[in-house]
Amino acid sequence: MEYRLSMNKINKTFPGVQALSNVKLDLVPGEVHVLLGENGAGKSTLMKILAGVYPPDQGEILINGQKVVINNTGDAASLGISMIYQELNLIPDLTVVENIFINRELIQGWPGRYNWKEMNRQAGEILADLNLAIDPGNYIRDLSVAQQQMVEIVRSISSNSKIIIMDEPTAALAEQEITELFKQIKLLKEKTVSIIYISHRLPEVKEIGDRVTVLRDGKYVSTEDAKRVKTEQLIKMMVGRDIKEFFPKEDTEKGSEVLRVKNLKRKGVLDDISFSLQQGEVLGFAGLMGSGRTELMRAIFGADQGVEGKIYVKGTELVIDSPETAVKNGIALLTEDRKSSGLILNFAVYQNISLATLEKYAPRGVIDQKRERKRAGELVVALKIKTPGLETVVNSLSGGNQQKVILARWLYRNAEIIILDEPTRGIDVGAKVEIYQLINQLTKQGKAVIMVSSDLPEILAMSDRIAVMYEGKLNGILSREEAGPEKIMQLATGVMTMNLTKEGSI
Amino acid sequence: MKNGVKDELRVLLSKYGPFFILLAMLIILSIISPYFFTVLNLTTILIQTAVVAIIAIGQTLVIITGGIDLSVGSYLCLSAIIAGLMMTSGLPLALSLILALVFGSFLGFINGFIVTKMKVPPFIATLGTMGMARGTALVITGGLPVSRLPEALAWFGRGTILGMPVPPIIFVVTALFFSWVLISTRLGRYIYAIGSNREATKLSGINTDKYLLIVYVIAGFLSAVAGIVLIGRLGSAHPTAGIGYELNTIAAAVIGGTSLSGGIGKISGTIIGALIMGVLNNGFTLLGVSSFYQQIAIGAVVVLAVFADVLQQGKVKQ
Ligand SMILES: Nc1ncnc2c1ncn2[C@@H]1O[C@H](COP(=O)(O)OP(=O)(O)OP(=O)(O)O)[C@@H](O)[C@H]1O
Ligand SMILES: [Mg+2]
Repeated sequence: MEYRLSMNKINKTFPGVQALSNVKLDLVPGEVHVLLGENGAGKSTLMKILAGVYPPDQGEILINGQKVVINNTGDAASLGISMIYQELNLIPDLTVVENIFINRELIQGWPGRYNWKEMNRQAGEILADLNLAIDPGNYIRDLSVAQQQMVEIVRSISSNSKIIIMDEPTAALAEQEITELFKQIKLLKEKTVSIIYISHRLPEVKEIGDRVTVLRDGKYVSTEDAKRVKTEQLIKMMVGRDIKEFFPKEDTEKGSEVLRVKNLKRKGVLDDISFSLQQGEVLGFAGLMGSGRTELMRAIFGADQGVEGKIYVKGTELVIDSPETAVKNGIALLTEDRKSSGLILNFAVYQNISLATLEKYAPRGVIDQKRERKRAGELVVALKIKTPGLETVVNSLSGGNQQKVILARWLYRNAEIIILDEPTRGIDVGAKVEIYQLINQLTKQGKAVIMVSSDLPEILAMSDRIAVMYEGKLNGILSREEAGPEKIMQLATGVMTMNLTKEGSI
Repeated sequence: MKNGVKDELRVLLSKYGPFFILLAMLIILSIISPYFFTVLNLTTILIQTAVVAIIAIGQTLVIITGGIDLSVGSYLCLSAIIAGLMMTSGLPLALSLILALVFGSFLGFINGFIVTKMKVPPFIATLGTMGMARGTALVITGGLPVSRLPEALAWFGRGTILGMPVPPIIFVVTALFFSWVLISTRLGRYIYAIGSNREATKLSGINTDKYLLIVYVIAGFLSAVAGIVLIGRLGSAHPTAGIGYELNTIAAAVIGGTSLSGGIGKISGTIIGALIMGVLNNGFTLLGVSSFYQQIAIGAVVVLAVFADVLQQGKVKQ
């Protein structure tokens, strides 16, 4: 068989980490090759080597049987390789179409003017194909994470590449967008484009993959036929052990009400939302992208201006006008976008972990760094954060491990109300189970958890009740027993509406 | 292996680059001019550098938060003039000085207020207050220096403690203190966090406006401290004092490795930056080169220092 790509004996070390040792990967035309592995296994690093972001320390890359040297991203592009990065890479102050055609703008006439008409037409066409309600003239900064992800995908689809690398493209997407993406992937396959596909959502392996390669601790484990291999086998290859239960939900005693939200409004974003939350409860929030879930959480947390309505914490009405007030009153918010609103990228791991709890280690303003580091060290162990050390700059951690760092910041803050916006985004199977167990521990201690998630199986399995949002409205709240995928989808798409009582509980 | 050594050298250079530049300058000047490496001359350099160094410390804090303070020179001047006027109107020296420090802090508070509450970008906010403070200084003095200041004031500019001149002592103590603040306190940690990612810092439940305000107040306070040292040395307060100090202090910070985009910087770097400029100044004077050339040299050093930084970062990113 003619290989479009083969990577052989690839080695790469970073200070303190052997990210890849003797890894291989090959690709035939028109296949979707899934790359699996735990957080920090080296998937993104391998792909960045192919895309010209890092040079390999050793190893060879063949394209169509020819040995090539890829020194920078420009080389990769001219070899027909394009990559959708795990961390979004768009320029916020440019429009969608400007981002899509950046560095390869269409030129017409002499001395050369940008042909915006044609660029807009092409971008619009692909956006329409993908069923996306995004205007090519919109600014990136005004788009949600999921929409930005889709723009990244459009950018690489429109680049006529022969090899497209997708690093966790579905992490930020909900069911519907994923369906659209998969349609596009199938079209690309028909055009013999080869796709390398990275994901932590295992059902996707069978759904979209042809072959699958597993990495573990920077080493090559095996390549399998995606349709024939068993999921349990893949998990064993990835984490080195079996996982019995994926969603270890435990029932807990529900206590008194800790949070009540009444008639919350924000113009054009949130429409008259009321609900309540009890001690020991996990309240899931489902909905499509842009349905207002993140905005609702930010509103409760005091992160945005212009919010009307009432919020009661443990029965007392509070005016939460800043995150500071929210935190002081026992509310924690894990934000969905780790890069822009979560991490301090140039801070060390331990400094990122302690950021929200620093007053504990510095009652009089002077930080007790020994205690700070000790605690951070414990959390790194507890959450199995893979890092060369506490002093490592968080920017150099793998995506999933960065997510765990923010989790560590909030999960141990001893808040009464813990809001988790997409907590398991980009997290590997093993670590997901650990996070669920943590949520169990929290609810057992009588804490209340709100979990926003686009992962339907996760939200179905881990929530006591599920609130579904649609276009800024709370369209219904389902109990654990009545909830199912169809019902949630109907509520999320506005096909069905439930009559909620004023208090939002049924 | 070879690569490793090279990398280490690079790290060393980038970490202590400005220090090596300073060292090289000291060695070269010592060879060229026999007068340069004498206790008297080195002390002179320290005294001359003190004023800019003290303000540059405040400037560094502001720049680390992602801001910039163009008003430092004007604030120095206005605080000095207020101090001078109070003294000449008969207020006791100590009280005048304390009030001048409070006044300087208040001026800083105005900057902080405009930046955090009125949401005007720091560059514009402090450009505005720079003009207003300078104008005020000229109006209240009618453009004339405030002189006949009390004898005792000279101690701050020319006095000694155990044989050491006072201005360098003030700046070293200030530098040590704020280094400690940056490294060991919550305020310091927040200053870096705000400069790196203000949104994320805010969402961690931190009152970013409060800490930004504190930083501008510190910058104003240190301008007043520098103002006192300056009038102590000169014996009078000129309404044109401190012109161009905003650029000198920014240069000192930048030479010392502080990033204008925020989140990165050290006081020790800034002090070395200020000393490099002081030594250049002194060296040129000793060699009898026109002060016009000094400006060219300082400009070149700024560009080179930042270029070295860019080189280093480019390497890391690749
Ligand atoms: N720029 C870097 N500097 C230093 N270390 C790095 C850098 N990039 C990655 N690493 C390290 O290399 C290892 C592999 O990281 P990589 O990002 O490839 O993991 P991954 O398989 O993509 O994980 P995830 O599923 O979490 O995204 C990790 O231990 C990570 O800390
Ligand atoms: Mg990755």
